[in-house]
Amino acid sequence: MSLDNPKTLNDEAIIRLAERVETAQRYATPIHKLTQDYPDMTLSEAYRVQTALRRSYEARGQRVIGWKAGLTSKPKMAQMGVSTPGVGFLTDAMERPANRKITVSDLIHPRVEAEIAFVTKSELSGKVTAEQVMAATDYVQPALEVIDSRFSGFKFDLESVIADNSSSARYVPGGRMIRPDALDLRTVGVVLEHNGEIAQIGAGAEVLGHPAEAIAMLVGVLDDMGEVLPAGSFVMAGAITAAVAVKPGDTITARFYEMGSITVTFTE
Amino acid sequence: MLDQSRTDALGDALYNALKSGKPTPKISVLEPESDIEDAYRIQLRMLQRRLDAGDSVIGKKIGLTSRAIQDALGVYQPDFGQVTKTMLFEDGAIIDLSKLMQPRLEGELAFRLKEDLMGPGVTTTDVIRATEYVTPCFEIVDTRFEDWQIRIQDTVADNASCGVFVLGAAKADPRDLDLSLAGMVIEKNGEVVATGAGAAVQGSPVMAVAWLANTLGELGIGLKAGEIILSGAQAPLLAVTDGDHFTCEIAGIGKCEMRFAGRAMV
Repeated sequence: MSLDNPKTLNDEAIIRLAERVETAQRYATPIHKLTQDYPDMTLSEAYRVQTALRRSYEARGQRVIGWKAGLTSKPKMAQMGVSTPGVGFLTDAMERPANRKITVSDLIHPRVEAEIAFVTKSELSGKVTAEQVMAATDYVQPALEVIDSRFSGFKFDLESVIADNSSSARYVPGGRMIRPDALDLRTVGVVLEHNGEIAQIGAGAEVLGHPAEAIAMLVGVLDDMGEVLPAGSFVMAGAITAAVAVKPGDTITARFYEMGSITVTFTE
Repeated sequence: MLDQSRTDALGDALYNALKSGKPTPKISVLEPESDIEDAYRIQLRMLQRRLDAGDSVIGKKIGLTSRAIQDALGVYQPDFGQVTKTMLFEDGAIIDLSKLMQPRLEGELAFRLKEDLMGPGVTTTDVIRATEYVTPCFEIVDTRFEDWQIRIQDTVADNASCGVFVLGAAKADPRDLDLSLAGMVIEKNGEVVATGAGAAVQGSPVMAVAWLANTLGELGIGLKAGEIILSGAQAPLLAVTDGDHFTCEIAGIGKCEMRFAGRAMV
């Protein structure tokens, strides 16, 4: 393929870019956006870099336990010029416990978002509807996502952020688990407090009208990559509130209607 | 402090603007030294003119409750206005824009009281116990001035920028839900356009109603059984136009809907 079209990234270039991203992630050192060197990089090439990154983490013993959807609000999608969410993988090593301290010295410029996470009980594959997602869901629960773009100044474009695993860094499941049909997830209000002050407020419908819509679109993106969503996956549906930047000493509490709350304190 | 003939004249000018649809100059421009007390006396005069014309007070509205609006005006407390019978529309109503000047839409939680509340000293517990029900509500805010670039004394004088409101038919007992975390979803023509939660209003809409009871109590005014209290916007202000259909849904209660028709006067 690369021989036919010199602009297409060959496998070696994909691996090299994945290594560049992985080094930035492991050592918390910012890099410039990938499109600076590869201005013609396509979205599917960006996902190939993300896949190479995933394979590398797996080779080092990490287990992919689920996925996250990003760019799930209408304004963000319009801003990035996309009609489907971006996705990123989650590994066991990214999980942090709720109501404890989280180190941020191994992150570049962490930001926190409040989300609803879905845990599946049966496989989802191909193109699915939100109803199919709900039927395949064991339970839903609150989650905090700590995102961390590896690009200098949080400046990036769609291709770079997808290659950087959609800025995934840490995730914190918490609060109360509920059956997906026990509550209307659209009207679950969420209040994100930063050091005791209300910083962000939203409701579940902020995520594509219903968080299950984001999961359905995520499964479609996985299908395009030749992947399925196995039973037992932990999937974050996307930010209900705008991201809040955090530094050592900060405390974040996210409170969810009828679903409890999560508090984390950030340290060096 | 402005003398009464001046506040009466400014209140009359606002009433005339309301009736004619022709904007009146801002209080903050005409009387840069005027304060909030002057503004409430102007508001009272404008209200008296409405009552003289046969209208009646059925409740209150609380304004300037969100942090964004407080930052914009540099005022860190809410304000209030009076809501009257002619402002009230039922769930599903079609609002004629040609009767409004520069309307914008807010989603709120409304309280209907079953007991009087007389401040000072009113707590959130008192508010919960005095409430018959809560319901989703649209407030269509409006300004009788040339534009929305207004200051605190302008909005207070202009009845806290209240236009009309649409009261939901869905009701809930406030004891049955967490009013701070109950999410609000506003849809325009079937698309989600804004979300929020009760916490956007002073941390909780119940806090806002207690604030109102205590603030009015200082002036010797009580909230009365049967009154409707609009507790403040929970989601960003929205622009409206001819043909728009809106729904406002609150967790644990249900939804309120309305439609706009025609063209605004300004």
